[in-house]
Amino acid sequence: MSTHRTLAEDGTGPSGARGAPPGPPPRTTGGRGRPGRPAVRPGTLVKIALMAVVNALGVFGILAAWREGHLGILASMVALVVVADWVYFSRRTLPLKYVLPGLAFLLVYQVYVVGYTGWVAFTNYGDGHNSTQEDAVAALLMQNERRVEGSATYPLTVVERGGELGFAVVEDGVALVGTAEEPLAVAQDATVDDGRVTEVPGATVLGRQEVLERQADVTALRVALSDDPNDGSVRTQDARTGFVSVPSLVWDAAADTMTDVTTGTVYRATSDGWFRADDGQRLNVGWRVMVGFDNFATAFGDERYAGPFLRILAWTFAFAILSVVSTFLLGLFLAITFNDTRLRGRRVYRTLLILPYAIPGFLAALLWSGMLNRSYGFVNQVLLGGAAVPWLTDPWLAKLSVLGVNLWLGFPYMFLICTGALQSLPGDVLEAAKVDGASGWRTWRSVVLPLLLIATSPLLISSFAFNFNNFTLIYMLTGGGPRFADASVPLGHTDILISMVYSVSGLDGTAAKNYGLASALSIVIFLIVATISAITFKRTKQFEEIT
Amino acid sequence: MRRGIPAAAMTLGLALALTACGGTSDDTSGGATADPTSGGSGGSLVVWVDETRQAAVEKAAAAFEDENDVDVELVLKNYEDIRADFLAQVPTGEGPDLTVGAHDWLGELTTNGVVAPIELGDRTADFEEVAVQAFTQDGQVYGLPYAIENIALIRNTALAAQAPATWDDAVAAGRAAGVTYPVLLQTGTDGDPYTYYPLQTSFGAPVFVQNDDGSYTSELAMGGEPGHAFATWLQAQGQAGVLSTDITYDIAVEAFKNGESPFIIGGPWMLEQFADLELAIDPIPSAGGQPAQPFVGVQGFYVSAQSDNALLANDFLVNYIATDEAQLALYEAGSRPPALRSAAQTASADPITAGFAAVGAEAVPMPSIPEMGSVWAFWGVTQANVIGGTGEPVAAWDKMVADIQSAIGS
Repeated sequence: MSTHRTLAEDGTGPSGARGAPPGPPPRTTGGRGRPGRPAVRPGTLVKIALMAVVNALGVFGILAAWREGHLGILASMVALVVVADWVYFSRRTLPLKYVLPGLAFLLVYQVYVVGYTGWVAFTNYGDGHNSTQEDAVAALLMQNERRVEGSATYPLTVVERGGELGFAVVEDGVALVGTAEEPLAVAQDATVDDGRVTEVPGATVLGRQEVLERQADVTALRVALSDDPNDGSVRTQDARTGFVSVPSLVWDAAADTMTDVTTGTVYRATSDGWFRADDGQRLNVGWRVMVGFDNFATAFGDERYAGPFLRILAWTFAFAILSVVSTFLLGLFLAITFNDTRLRGRRVYRTLLILPYAIPGFLAALLWSGMLNRSYGFVNQVLLGGAAVPWLTDPWLAKLSVLGVNLWLGFPYMFLICTGALQSLPGDVLEAAKVDGASGWRTWRSVVLPLLLIATSPLLISSFAFNFNNFTLIYMLTGGGPRFADASVPLGHTDILISMVYSVSGLDGTAAKNYGLASALSIVIFLIVATISAITFKRTKQFEEIT
Repeated sequence: MRRGIPAAAMTLGLALALTACGGTSDDTSGGATADPTSGGSGGSLVVWVDETRQAAVEKAAAAFEDENDVDVELVLKNYEDIRADFLAQVPTGEGPDLTVGAHDWLGELTTNGVVAPIELGDRTADFEEVAVQAFTQDGQVYGLPYAIENIALIRNTALAAQAPATWDDAVAAGRAAGVTYPVLLQTGTDGDPYTYYPLQTSFGAPVFVQNDDGSYTSELAMGGEPGHAFATWLQAQGQAGVLSTDITYDIAVEAFKNGESPFIIGGPWMLEQFADLELAIDPIPSAGGQPAQPFVGVQGFYVSAQSDNALLANDFLVNYIATDEAQLALYEAGSRPPALRSAAQTASADPITAGFAAVGAEAVPMPSIPEMGSVWAFWGVTQANVIGGTGEPVAAWDKMVADIQSAIGS
């Protein structure tokens, strides 16, 4: 089917008027002379059915987002559905028909994530700054409303009086009733049964289901114990028992302050996301705010990290470059060897060689960390006859082990791409070399290798970028260890930048979590990798032009 | 080419479906909004549980559902993921109403404002004191405890007939038994300060200074003379071959299971593996002369600060989880002694549980203050280095204390 033909067909869409389509004849109900009624082909029906499914899912998603109140998701779902319908039902959007699914994935899984990381890098999101100011205020008020020491607990009943919720409690056999507006007062005629109020004249006692339907109101209800607010008020958490509590913090929304009622200290909301008093003290729950470039300043401002950072940077480059070079050389060597038609059983060997590639990376790293254990590992016990080589605990050996394991993990990939590249080398060039009388080595060096490098260099660059951020291997194999003996931060000789970020920003639990800092450092790493990749790509292009 | 369009549409459909899932999974995890169709009930309660406790919580939930005509939805989570997920999801309003958790998360959970206090009222006295204390911060209780866990000396009675009085006795008894390891302690190259803590306290070097009510200040207490003595002792034991960084958890458990040592310092979570052995649970022998106090970990349920079902959640905890029945079911699932006194008494009919509980009664709660996070990273590795002989003990210990101090200060 020629491209032209297909384009024409697709351009006409459901109509079959512009020339007979191949395959089964169109099912037309009328005769040939009725161009006004286009035939409906099976392909169109399938398309409509599929788009119906897409729309149904989209609408479902939109409704779900609406119900949960996620306006961002809602807007992007609406946009996606509208765009999908437009693209697949319009005749003028042929290229987009192919690109849209990829674009949609790109938007959802890449652009959004990158954008979010970029945004977090400029906030103080982390421990203590986990949510909005509204949430922080709610949490602080909740944490600082304390039960009055030594006060009694009351069997409690939820009642409704004149459209207002209230509590009926029993104290020393006497029923007391009150609402948010009226403090507790003795209700003479109330019926007390089994230590609990069961009936109050002039008010309805709410059943369990009615209480549950209004549980937010019930838990928020405070019924003053007396006219004096210092006596506290009765509240309940389970609608069965009431207790007396007093708030120790008061929130003033207009002034944006929290006041401690026991000491009178005023805490003001500050621009760094805390409530601070004038003497510098602060309340322990903060909120997320934009902090500009503070995170980037922190990243390079802490002198405890200055020394380790340079060593880790150097090792990261060494690790990434050596990993690419070693895996490429071994893969290439094996590819050339197994490309020789004289070798028997090549398929079996090739299949075996791909095995390390088939094992999940983190699993292989874990396996190796067990095999390299100094006293019980397979390598020392079986292969080295009981030697005690500190594979993972000596700084240099640990680096060697990391590179070795990465070689084992990575060479099948290089082997695969080199085999592919070798097999797709143009035969005429090789033949020309032969005719010109070039030796085998000369042919390899001047013809095969340059061609091979052109084919594989983008993959080598991406492999470099991957290894630069190869967190899984480091985390699973050495955990960054052995630790620097002379540094004052929990970092080690095999830590690479990304595992350093994990530790510095407290994601491993060794410090207070700081997602803002983690995002800022990730952006720095991205800039490093992007710069190097861009330069190398440019170089490769020049290289390509020369050859 | 025409084939391309349905395929493309399908991919797009999948993409949309995935995003749709992103939107709708909310009602499974959030469940905050009451579904008006579910029999006119007051809503549904979402509880995060891990695999071990699932069946036990399910039982309590069934009773609660019957009596209150509400739905309880249990969401199975990896225990390791709960803390981070809870912190991340509660502020979005998608978190659960209740979750299982450990008391040492408390500092982080309150700093981030994601947990609500629970008023236990008169029921406070029904729980073991250390359990409630562990969940208390600044006078407020934030969790309903259900189990207490701590380590003790597990003894293989076939290899050692008597409980050792001191560490040296234990080593001597282990050597006399003629097995590979005199005493087993999981260590690893990153150390295991949790398992080593009783030995450290036996030198009088607790991690933080404790207030009179048992709560911790952020003032480090493990430096100085006692700390040096402990570090020096660690290196001596390492050189004598009693302690080794090669012993990981798996290796230690496997060796004890195979009868290669009469003693292992460990917790009830190991017992499943030792089903074939005759065991006795003893106090951890003192190495430095003072009582060897391990850390106590308390497990419990937290209520989300943003739960729309706070009433149901509290009702479920105070009236359905704080019962003998539920606590014993949780005890059977996790083999940790219950936190409810009456249930603990029943569980203590088992001598093993009683042994762990007896050691736990003398133990100290693991600090839940946020500063504790900065301690672990330096603590374990330093111990491992000292045991392995790569560091001079006193200098290494002093450097560790200084590093922790600067990490806390930063």
